[in-house]
Amino acid sequence: MSVTTVFGVCAAALVGLGLYGLICHAGVLRKILAFNVMGSGVFLLFGVVARRGGAVVAGGGVASDPVPQAIVITGLVVAFAATVLAVALLLRLAEATGRTTLDADAPSTAESDR
Amino acid sequence: MSLALVGDLSLALLILGLAVWTIGARGAYGAVVGFVAYGLLVALVWVRLAAVDVALTEAALGSGLMGLLLLRAAARLPHDPAPPAAGRAGRLALRVLVGLACAALAAGLAAVVLLLPEPAPSLAAAAGAALPATGLGNPVAGVLLAYRAIDTLLEAVVLVLALIGLWSLAADDAWGGRPGALRIGQPGPALVLLAQLLPPLGILVGIHLAWTGANHPGGAFQGAAVLAAMWAIVMVAGLSPPPRVDRRAVRLVLVVGAALFFAIGIGGVWWADAFLAYPADWAKPLILAIEAALTLSLAAALGLLLAGPPAVDPDPVAAGRAGVRS
Repeated sequence: MSVTTVFGVCAAALVGLGLYGLICHAGVLRKILAFNVMGSGVFLLFGVVARRGGAVVAGGGVASDPVPQAIVITGLVVAFAATVLAVALLLRLAEATGRTTLDADAPSTAESDR
Repeated sequence: MSLALVGDLSLALLILGLAVWTIGARGAYGAVVGFVAYGLLVALVWVRLAAVDVALTEAALGSGLMGLLLLRAAARLPHDPAPPAAGRAGRLALRVLVGLACAALAAGLAAVVLLLPEPAPSLAAAAGAALPATGLGNPVAGVLLAYRAIDTLLEAVVLVLALIGLWSLAADDAWGGRPGALRIGQPGPALVLLAQLLPPLGILVGIHLAWTGANHPGGAFQGAAVLAAMWAIVMVAGLSPPPRVDRRAVRLVLVVGAALFFAIGIGGVWWADAFLAYPADWAKPLILAIEAALTLSLAAALGLLLAGPPAVDPDPVAAGRAGVRS
């Protein structure tokens, strides 16, 4: 068992957990959180592949393939931008309708006030 | 079992525990707090995977800026409505079914990880071999700004597009005004003091990260994330309001990074025979110029993304002044 095995299996579990939360939660903020957990699991899987690739070149020393690293950095920034947009859409939805879920039939806090 | 392996195993278990908490917590606020801690620990995993560049990005962006954004959203949103009592058994059965499917997916991915080919495919040697031509010492910076410059260019554009999308969510009467998501009623004296003490240091750290990225872990993204965080603290503490989004200077700063990158890339068609290629003697200075402009643009874009869409100014004094002016 090595560092890549431990974190590879951990990353696989994170993808499963995130997907479960994305499907099962009704609240959109919780869906966004779950989606980010899933995303970080995918990034970590890529990181594990990078670490294995780096180990081959460095002859077992501590190194990581720079190509996946650079792509993960790009991915993190894009994931952040997408999260900002999703959160802003959610805040606007709550402002306009009082709902925090995507279920159009769900009772909203604003409706009970009216 | 070696000590390092014990450490890795506990880190992995801690991360899984925090992920379970983030997904399973009752309230959205608790889930967000769990997610911020989770992000910091994931940054540690990146260090363990020998990817310090990614660890810096994850800590600054994935945990720090994302945490601020999500905590503000959780505080502003009403509570999710409780699910209706009817159909409880059906929902439970669905959850079990989804749980089984997701567990199968995770098991499949774990099997793929355990059965990865030996020796692992790698571009590390190729990336290292071509590095001297770019004048850079950090292979990750080499990939970001030379070999895969197109990805970085498109990403700088994506941030501007995300900002346009965010701004277009403004209410009609707020268009062109100041972003309002980071506005809080009465910032406490401790927060104001922090916002006065931290930014001078933080700005130095951000610029250092961006500068040192050419040869050591760091780079434009990490530096820009730290700079944006410093700007966000100043905005949250109310020391300096976010700029109006219809100001020309703001928009110029936002696009200067991508524009310079694109211009140098087009220039490469004549001087180096390919789009986004650098002439051999000029590679390092051109890359540094692009990195400097990118850092500025990315920091502005990230800060404004955090500041949210333009909102109607609730401050009666400022609104009154605006009324007199118009």
